[in-house]
Amino acid sequence: MSGDEAYIHIDHVTKRFGDVVAVNDVDIRISRGEFFSLLGASGCGKTTLLRMLAGFEMPDVGEIYIDDSAISGVPPHRRPTNMVFQSYAIFPHLNVRRNIAFGLRREKLSKEETAKRVDEALALVKLQGFGDRRSHELSGGQRQRIALARALICRPKVLLLDEPLGALDKKLREEMQLELRALQQSLGITFIFVTHDQEEAMTLSDRIAVMSGGKALQIAPPKVLYNEPVNVEVAEFIGQMNFIDATVSERTGNGAVLDTAGLGRIGAPAKADFVREGAKVVAAIRPEKLTLSDRPQEGQAFSVEGAIATAAYLGDRSHFYVAVEGCAKPVAVATQETQISQDRLLTEGARVWLSWNEQSVILLERN
Amino acid sequence: MTETALGTAPPRRPPRSLTQRLAIAFRRSEALRGYSLLSPTLVVMALSMCAPLIMMVVMSFWSQTGFEFDTTLSLKNYSEAFSSPIYEALLLRTLKISGACALATVLISYPMAYYVAFHVHRRKILWIILMTLPFWTSYLLRVFAWKVVLGFNGAINSGLKVLGLIDQPLEFLLYSQDAVVITLAHAWAAFAVLPIYVSLEKIDRSLLEASADLGNGPAATFFRVTLPLSLPGVMAAMLLIFIPTVGDFVTPALVGGPDGLMMANIIQAQFGKVNNWPLGAALAISMMFIVAIISLLYVWISRQVAERFL
Amino acid sequence: MSRSTTFGGTNRTLMVYAVLYLAFLYGPVLLLPLFSFNDSIYVAFPLKGFTTQWYEEMLSNEPMHAALLNSIKVGTVTSVIATVLGALGAKAVTRYRIPGVKPVVGVISLPLVVPGIILGVALLILLTRSGIPLTLVTVTLGHVLLCVPFAMVTLIASFDGFDKSMEEAAADLGDNVLWSFWRVTLPIIFPGILASLLLCFTISFDEFIMAFFLAGTEPTLPIFIYSQLRFPQKLPGVLAMGACILVVSFVVVFLSQWLRRRNLGVPVNGGV
Repeated sequence: MSGDEAYIHIDHVTKRFGDVVAVNDVDIRISRGEFFSLLGASGCGKTTLLRMLAGFEMPDVGEIYIDDSAISGVPPHRRPTNMVFQSYAIFPHLNVRRNIAFGLRREKLSKEETAKRVDEALALVKLQGFGDRRSHELSGGQRQRIALARALICRPKVLLLDEPLGALDKKLREEMQLELRALQQSLGITFIFVTHDQEEAMTLSDRIAVMSGGKALQIAPPKVLYNEPVNVEVAEFIGQMNFIDATVSERTGNGAVLDTAGLGRIGAPAKADFVREGAKVVAAIRPEKLTLSDRPQEGQAFSVEGAIATAAYLGDRSHFYVAVEGCAKPVAVATQETQISQDRLLTEGARVWLSWNEQSVILLERN
Repeated sequence: MTETALGTAPPRRPPRSLTQRLAIAFRRSEALRGYSLLSPTLVVMALSMCAPLIMMVVMSFWSQTGFEFDTTLSLKNYSEAFSSPIYEALLLRTLKISGACALATVLISYPMAYYVAFHVHRRKILWIILMTLPFWTSYLLRVFAWKVVLGFNGAINSGLKVLGLIDQPLEFLLYSQDAVVITLAHAWAAFAVLPIYVSLEKIDRSLLEASADLGNGPAATFFRVTLPLSLPGVMAAMLLIFIPTVGDFVTPALVGGPDGLMMANIIQAQFGKVNNWPLGAALAISMMFIVAIISLLYVWISRQVAERFL
Repeated sequence: MSRSTTFGGTNRTLMVYAVLYLAFLYGPVLLLPLFSFNDSIYVAFPLKGFTTQWYEEMLSNEPMHAALLNSIKVGTVTSVIATVLGALGAKAVTRYRIPGVKPVVGVISLPLVVPGIILGVALLILLTRSGIPLTLVTVTLGHVLLCVPFAMVTLIASFDGFDKSMEEAAADLGDNVLWSFWRVTLPIIFPGILASLLLCFTISFDEFIMAFFLAGTEPTLPIFIYSQLRFPQKLPGVLAMGACILVVSFVVVFLSQWLRRRNLGVPVNGGV
C-alpha cells in the first residue's frame, strides 16, 4: 500500500434504519489506486456502506471524505464515484452504445467524440461489435461488462462494485475476477468491491475490511487476515480453521504454555495482553498446518493420536476430519495430494498421528 | 484493528450555510422526500374529499326555506331521518337489496374466477381482460340494457313470445326489487371477479398437491384448503360491492319501479325536485354512517371467524 | 396442474359455466348494437328488418354532438390530470420508504369505495355554497377525484415492474431527478402511462352519477342519453349512440389493459 494520505476516509460513520443499526461507527481509510473489498455475510452492512459512498443513503453520524472533500451533502449525480450495480441495471430501452454513453450527457461531447469514447470503452471490456444489441439480447456476463464500461467511461475517481459477480457461474466468475484485477491495475482507479465470497475478496484485493453486524472487525491485506486474524469471528470467516479451547498455564516472554481440551499441553507464540496466566483463550490452527502420519513425527513440536472420522477427496487435495479424544469437534486437516504416501491413512477409522509446529498456533480471545 | 497509520489528516470540514444544511437534512430524510413527491396528489385528494364532506355535515344541520338556507343549527333533519317510518323502511330495503346483490355477485363470480385461476393455462391475460372488461364501460348503458332485456316488450318477453312459450308477457320481470338485484349483480360481477381471482391465484399450488398426497380427493381439497384460503378475497369482494351499491340511484330509477326504489333515489330527489338540500345531506350522512358501522362490524366478524376456523 | 387436485367436476363443467358466465356478462350489452340496426322504434323481438336510419339520425343530432364533444373535453383533461397525479403518487409510494404509507394510500383510494352519490352531492354542496358555478370544469374536478386511484393503481404496477436500480444508475451517471425521469423512467413506464390515460378517459367518458350532480347547462354524453331515455321515439337513436360508445370503449379499454401489463421490453408480472 502506498504511503499516500487517505484518499477515501469513512470517518466514524453510523447508519440506522429504524431500530436496526446497519453500519456501526465504521472508520476506514483507503488509499488512491487501491483495490479494497468489503467482505461479510448478508446483513453485515457492507452494501449500506457502499451505497453511502455512492450517495443513495446518507450517514446518520460521521462523514465521508473523498480526495479531501466531504461528500455527504453531495447528491449521487454530482459525486466523483460511479457504481456497478448488483443487477447491472442496463437500461432496456437503449442499445448498448447508448447505455454506455449515458453518463456522457453532461460533458456535451460531439457525436464523433462520443463514438470514440464508446469504442474505447467497448474495447476495454472486450465487447467490440456489441454496440447495437439490447439488454435482453445479452448474457449475464455481457451485461456485467456493459455495466462496467458504462461506469468506467465516466472516468470516476472511485469505482464502486456491488457484488457484481454474484450472479455468474463459477468458471465465468473466476475469469471475470482476473479481468477485473488486471483492469484495475492498468487503470489505476480506486476500486471498492463488496462481496460475501471470501475467496473472491482474497483473490482480488489489496486490503479487505471484514464486516459483521455493522462493524468492521479487521482491515488488513489478505495475508494478514489469514495468518493473524484478530478474533474468532474473522478467523472463522476467512478460510477454514480449527478452534480448541485452552487455558494459559504459563506465560513466557514471547510465548505461552497452554492446557488444551484434547491436544494436551502445547506451546504457542503470544504477544497480546489477554494471554495471562489462568486466562481462558482459544487456540486456532489452520488445517493445512497439520500433518498426518501413522506414527508420531520427529522434528515437529507436538503430536496427538486420533482416528479418521471422515475423509473427503477433492482431486488436488484431501480433507480429513480426525476425531481426537477430548476435542469437542473433529480436527480438520488439509493435505496436498502429493503428501499422502500410504494408502492406510486414507481409510475412515484408521488411527493416525496429527503433528504441527508451535509457530502455527494462533491465540485468540474467548468470548 | 490492524491498519497502517496514514499520517495526520489536516482539519478539512468547511462550514456549511443554512441552505446547505437544510438541503442535507432534506436529502437525509427519505420520508420527507417521499412525502413531498406525494403531496400534490395527497393534497388534491384529501382536500377534494374532506372539504365537501365537512360542508355536507354542516349543511345537514341547517334547514331549507324556499330557495334559501336557514343556517341556524338544528337536529331537525336527523330526527326526521331516524324517526320517519318511510326512511327506515327504505333504508332496510336498500340494505337488503345491496346485501343480496353482494352475495349473488360473489356466488356467480366465484366459479368463474376459479376456472380462470386453475383451469386456464394459456392466454390467462386474455381471460382476465375479458372477464373484467364490461366493468370499465358505460354503467348507464349496461343498466339500460337490462331495462331492454326485462321489459314488458323487452327481449326476454318478446323472445319467449316468439318462441311460443308464453302468451302474455311476464310482468314480474321489470320494475321490482329482483330486477334491481339482477341488474346490480350483472353490473358489479366484473368488479367482484378480480379480488376473488387474485386470492385464488395466490394459493400455493403445492399446498393442493400436499392435500391430495395426504388423502383428500378434489372435493375435500376444495373445501378444506382452497375455499378457506380464498375466503379473504371473497369477503373483500362482498364488501367492495355492498358499499357502492347502497348509493346507486340509476338502477332503481330505470328498472326498480316504485317497489324497487332505494335510499339513493330519495336523496337524489332532495337535490332535485323536492329541493330540500339539508335533509338530503342529513339522509346521505346517516346512510353513510350506517353503512360504515355495518362494514366495520362485517370486518370484525370476518376476522373473528377467520381466527377461529382457519 | 394435475386433474386430481382440482374441483368442479371435470374441466368441462367449469368451462361451460365460464362460457355461460361470459354470455351473461356480455349478452344484455350486445343487445344494444343488435337493436340499433332494427327497423322499429320498439326494442322487442322479433326483429323487423335491417336499417341504418338510426345511425343516420344520430349523425345529424346536434345536441348529441355537443354532448359528445363535452364528454371528450372533460375526458381528455381528466385523464391527463389524473395520470400526472397518479404517477407522482405511484413513484412516491414505490420508491420511497414512507411512514404511514398504508393509510395514505387508503385515503387516496377512498373514491373507489365511497358511493358516487355521496361524493357528488358533497361536492355539489361545497361548490354551490362557495359560489362556484356548475360547469364542465366542476365535472372535471369530480372525475379527476374518481380517476386518480385508478391511475395510481395502474402506475404502481408499472413502477413495481422495473428495477429500482435503473433510476439509481441514472443518478449515478450524472442525471438529477428531472433528467433521470425524462431519460429513464418515462420511456420505461410509457406503456403504463398510456394505459392510465386511456383508462381514465374511458372512466370519465362513461361516468354518469357525479356528472349528473356537477354539470351545469352543458351536458356530458351520459347525461344527454339519460335525458333521452324517457322518449320512446328517441330510443333507437340512443341505442345507435350506445352501440358506438360500447365498441369504442371495448377497444380502448382492451388496449389499455393490455398495455398496462407491459413495460418497455419486459412484460409486467405479478399484478393483475
